[in-house]
Amino acid sequence: MGDPILTTVDWARAQFALTAMYHWIFVPLTLGLSFLIAFFESIYVKTGNEEWKKLTKFWMTLFGINFAIGVATGIILEFQFGTNWSNYSWMVGDIFGAPLAIEGIFAFFLEATFFAVMFFGWHRVSKGFHLFSTWMVAVGSNLSAVWILVANGWMQFPTGMEFNPDTARFEMHNFWEVALSPVAVHKFTHTTSSAFLLASLFVVGISALFLLQERHQKMAKRSMIVAAVFGFLASVFVGFTGDEAAYNVAQRQPMKLAAMEGLYVGQEKAPVVAMGVINAGKKPGDDQPAFYQEIKVPGLLSLLANRDPNSFVPGINDLVFGNAERNIIGAEQRMITGRVALAELAHYKDAKAKGDEEEAAAALSIFNQHKEDLGYGYLNNPAEAAPPVATTFYSFHIMVALGTMFPMIFLLVLYFAFKGTLEYQRWLNLLCFFSIFLGYVAQEAGWVVAEVGRQPWAIQGLLPVGVASTNIAAGNVQTTFFMFLTLFTALLLAEIRIMVKQIKIGPEE
Amino acid sequence: MVIGRSLWKIIAIKLFIMFAVLKLFFFPNYLTTNFNTEHDRAEHVLDNLTRPPSAR
Ligand code: HEM
Repeated sequence: MGDPILTTVDWARAQFALTAMYHWIFVPLTLGLSFLIAFFESIYVKTGNEEWKKLTKFWMTLFGINFAIGVATGIILEFQFGTNWSNYSWMVGDIFGAPLAIEGIFAFFLEATFFAVMFFGWHRVSKGFHLFSTWMVAVGSNLSAVWILVANGWMQFPTGMEFNPDTARFEMHNFWEVALSPVAVHKFTHTTSSAFLLASLFVVGISALFLLQERHQKMAKRSMIVAAVFGFLASVFVGFTGDEAAYNVAQRQPMKLAAMEGLYVGQEKAPVVAMGVINAGKKPGDDQPAFYQEIKVPGLLSLLANRDPNSFVPGINDLVFGNAERNIIGAEQRMITGRVALAELAHYKDAKAKGDEEEAAAALSIFNQHKEDLGYGYLNNPAEAAPPVATTFYSFHIMVALGTMFPMIFLLVLYFAFKGTLEYQRWLNLLCFFSIFLGYVAQEAGWVVAEVGRQPWAIQGLLPVGVASTNIAAGNVQTTFFMFLTLFTALLLAEIRIMVKQIKIGPEE
Repeated sequence: MVIGRSLWKIIAIKLFIMFAVLKLFFFPNYLTTNFNTEHDRAEHVLDNLTRPPSAR
């Protein structure tokens, strides 16, 4: 506190986190429910049974509510780039600006056309074309998430680009390296599969409520079976893609991985903490215990990180202070290299301004040798390279624990559905209903792991958040923070109110 | 359909608040508002990038 620039950054981060997390309440349901609706409608078209049409229309109404209220909430994140994060947006604008705009326009037209048919075309187009439109809405919505996730992946693992010190911009030299970077791929697969999972929990949960209320039981059981099958398959995929995500994090953001497991001292056969109470007051390098209580599974973290249970996983202390024995260069050493890069960038700029090309070329050459650690040059203290450990640790463990529980719920639903006793399992139906909320908790926790775990970086290793942001008064950002809080809370309340009303009305019988 | 009407109303109010209020009055693009040329914008960002930590 006290430092006005820091405070502006804090507010800018809080504002971004608030809007991103609210935006993310709407998105995964859209991504996943669109496919479930396409499945329901496909069954209707295949069987010709009008009950499936009514069922499809009911879920489509809930989808419509979520879509109408959530649509365009993501644009607010883009407003913030230009105002609060102007240095960052300038640096990457050339690469991400145009594709994001193209994607936005493409998605808009695709969605506008097929949405219109899906919602209003039941009596106006053939059954086949209507079904095709519903599928296109599902495919289009999911595709429209691609580029923003590629952009996020690039921030976590900047590849395929070159920094141009004359324009202060990153320039793309390999499109495919950016678009198909392993981080971008796991972002997309993990995000979409977890969205399918969330939407399945939503359908299973609302249907379970109908069973508890003894209303619309036939429709509820049908919906539950389809959603439980889809949800179970999605859960398995979430596990695989989550494992891939953890592997990529270990290879490219080892500090995030160490924070996810509260691992301060690196070790071979590194354990996963199955359950633990972390010491939130611990700082890198001090001799406080990392955990007050913990239950560990030895070797599991090494397996997750390197596909080898005996391998060495670096801890926070190794990554902050270095570990010569293991050939790990710590933030302390990187700060020295980073400061050389920073000084030579300034030197290059001055030499260019003076018109001294020879001096500029010499400065640029030294800059290029040290630029990998540029971001570390902005840190005041090597411990700043570590993210908030407790938040990262708990959000990761909550996500994984829920990710382990959800497939079991889907299996239980299927088991009792095939036994024909689903409507009598009060406890299971209550659990299903409550799991809608847990699904959202897992979603938000996932983003907290990804984003809090990569602090202090806006662009991994190159640009800390404090340099990415604009030097504007904290008050401005604070005001808009509260405006967003009000707007989004109003939207969320509207969503819940309208949905509850529609669920009370239920499907047409 | 009553629900359709309320949803359209929500969409309209939301878009109005977002574009006519927030974007217009609270979210100017910092670099385009404060600098006239691409060159000046690049200079400004470079100035920010090359300020050492002690001067922040
Ligand atoms: C079952 C075990 C799971 C594992 C091992 C796992 C692993 C991970 C990892 C390592 C990340 C961070 C990726 C990064 O920073 O690049 C992540 C992010 C995320 N997770 Fe999970 N996860 C699991 C389950 C779930 C579940 C159940 C959900 C939601 C229903 C979920 C939703 C997310 C989301 C939304 C993100 C942020 C986007 C991303 O970075 O991909 N995860 N997960």
